[in-house]
Amino acid sequence: MSKVVLKIENLSKRYRLGEVGSGTISHDLNRFWAKLRGKEDPLSQVGQVNDRTAESISDYVWALKDINFELREGEILGVIGKNGAGKSTLLKLISKITSPTTGSIKAKGRIASLLEVGTGMHPEMTARENIYLNGAILGMTKSEIKKKFDEIIEFAGVGLYVDTPVKRFSSGMRVRLGFAVAAFLEPEILIVDEVLAVGDIEFQKKAIGKMKDVSSNSGRTVLFVSHNMSSIKTLCDSGLVMSNGTVSFKGDIDSSIQYYLGNSKNLNSFKSYENLDEKPGSKDVDLLEYKLIDKEGEVIDSFNLYEEVSVQMKFHIKKLNGKIYPNIHVLDKYENYFLVDTIPENEIPKETGIFISTFKFPKYIFNTGEYSIGLAVTSFPGSIVHFFENPAIIFNVTEDDLSLRIGPSTGMLPGVTRMQLQTKTLKI
Amino acid sequence: MDMDMSKNMERVMKDKQEGLEEWSTIIKPKTSVWNLYIKEIWAYRDLLILFVKRDIITVYKQTVLGPIWFFVQPILTTLVYIFVFGGIAGISTGGIPKPLFYLSGIILWNYFADCFTLTSDTFIKNQNIFGKVYFPRLILPLSIVVSGLIKLAIQFTLFIAFYVYYYFQSGIAPNYSAILILPYLLLLMAGLGLGFGLIFSSLTTKYRDLKFLIVFGVQLFMYATPIIYPMSSIGVTAKEILFYNPLTHIIEAFKYGFIGEGEFNGLGLVYSGVVTFIVLTSGILLFNRTEKSFMDTV
Repeated sequence: MSKVVLKIENLSKRYRLGEVGSGTISHDLNRFWAKLRGKEDPLSQVGQVNDRTAESISDYVWALKDINFELREGEILGVIGKNGAGKSTLLKLISKITSPTTGSIKAKGRIASLLEVGTGMHPEMTARENIYLNGAILGMTKSEIKKKFDEIIEFAGVGLYVDTPVKRFSSGMRVRLGFAVAAFLEPEILIVDEVLAVGDIEFQKKAIGKMKDVSSNSGRTVLFVSHNMSSIKTLCDSGLVMSNGTVSFKGDIDSSIQYYLGNSKNLNSFKSYENLDEKPGSKDVDLLEYKLIDKEGEVIDSFNLYEEVSVQMKFHIKKLNGKIYPNIHVLDKYENYFLVDTIPENEIPKETGIFISTFKFPKYIFNTGEYSIGLAVTSFPGSIVHFFENPAIIFNVTEDDLSLRIGPSTGMLPGVTRMQLQTKTLKI
Repeated sequence: MDMDMSKNMERVMKDKQEGLEEWSTIIKPKTSVWNLYIKEIWAYRDLLILFVKRDIITVYKQTVLGPIWFFVQPILTTLVYIFVFGGIAGISTGGIPKPLFYLSGIILWNYFADCFTLTSDTFIKNQNIFGKVYFPRLILPLSIVVSGLIKLAIQFTLFIAFYVYYYFQSGIAPNYSAILILPYLLLLMAGLGLGFGLIFSSLTTKYRDLKFLIVFGVQLFMYATPIIYPMSSIGVTAKEILFYNPLTHIIEAFKYGFIGEGEFNGLGLVYSGVVTFIVLTSGILLFNRTEKSFMDTV
């Protein structure tokens, strides 16, 4: 097992909201006075998460809250999350651009950050001069740059224009030049923010290839932020999903992406605990994952009442103790029980291991509107509840195509179900 | 089974040892402002040199006169001063040839003013770079001081040219021993400019009003320094007040050394040294404190 090269402990960062300047002196004094008396900072709100959709109660907001994780040598970690989830703040803290409010970051070796391509390049200076300047800004010494100069020029493909001022370069050439310098950095830990979004596909591929090369050959550890799932997938081995300033998921890259895609649509119909330390469950049975899926197996949180959907529950039986019944509880929007169901005798697991139970709903079982589903595993004898997540899944039923409806009505029909009864109409 | 157990134990032990191992970088919320990380600045010395190079070579790029501008500015200013202060206002130059008197004052003053105004802009002007990459922030103000020094050296050749001319023309009597403290004088000017610049650069990140104050403040401050008049031409009360301006003694000592006119005040120079030390130290401490969080307020 390779050694830990980056360790992040209880890292938090607080920002002040609104216009900085008005009333700052009074805030400063207020704080200073509290500090003087040894009281807690009156302006820090404890335990508030960064949710930009909700108005904050305090003037301060936690952009990051209690982040903990480790990176091992040679690991390439992809950080994913929605805008405002705290990714950039995290990178800024690790690259020392701003300092944390609490917690610590410990690293072994040099950290270089590539939050932008070509930082500090001066348009009036030539490519040669800029390579030296940019390299030095990124932390290289002059002799290091000198040694790699030819390689950098070649990688950037600007060999003919070494002594041309950069302002004459096309934007693509500038990006290539900037990336080329960064690609030949030799830090132990490299921090990369979506810099690859610029540049053409060919160069992106080259850049990703180069980064991958470097990390597998020389054991460089990379922390990579991107919204581009395909580049994250090709480049990274593990993933970290952030939301509202906290780590909501950490695991291998595939399940991280799956988790993120599930959540980014604001779905309340998918959750994976597989790579989390704390799972709902008992000493015998753990819940690993659940989802609401359509016929193709895609996770959905809204569907038409004339479509078939299923609920899947993945659970881990660590110890077999009696008969295990996974069961689901469907409630309507008024929280009236709509139905409870479990599996038949012949499906009951007879050994330990990981199981998936699927509950398929027939067409027309729901009426339009919102429903929720609770998930549980219960074992008998003793009626032991191992976990009961309620509500776990929340979904919405619609009826887009009214022509499929039986009968002349086009308005909303009352009732909790739209089950179609068998009918028979005969003349007597 | 036993093998596995012992292997596991070994790994746990190893992990524990790794935990005790030295981390090369630890980022924490509050590090002491006294931590000047001189080692780190030294490691980034190449960057400092490159910044200086950038400042020098890019200033007059794509201009017709190029580096000649380094001379044009002090010459024109000197001409204007000769005309306005020497001619219209009729302020005495204490027996020193007017061009020499104004030119020396302007060159020295410009060095101080550049150090001060350019460093006071550090955070705001460089927030793009500072927001994207880390290097010891002090490198930038230091590079300004060094590139200012190079500019001063270039302009000093102009002064020397005038000097040699007047030396043979009107027989100036320099005090050679006083010229020897030139490095000390430059050090004080740089230190004061840098120190004040650092203090203001830290304050302007929060209170932008100060930026406007600096622009005309420096101009006004020049009149409180014996640049356009010699110490010998002012009254006793004014002299007493000017004593507290640390720049007074630097300018006067320079003129005393090179031109032989002016007041060499030993006590004053010690006083200037002490003020420089205090201003510079508090400037660096304030800067150190600001650089950790300014990205959040700027």
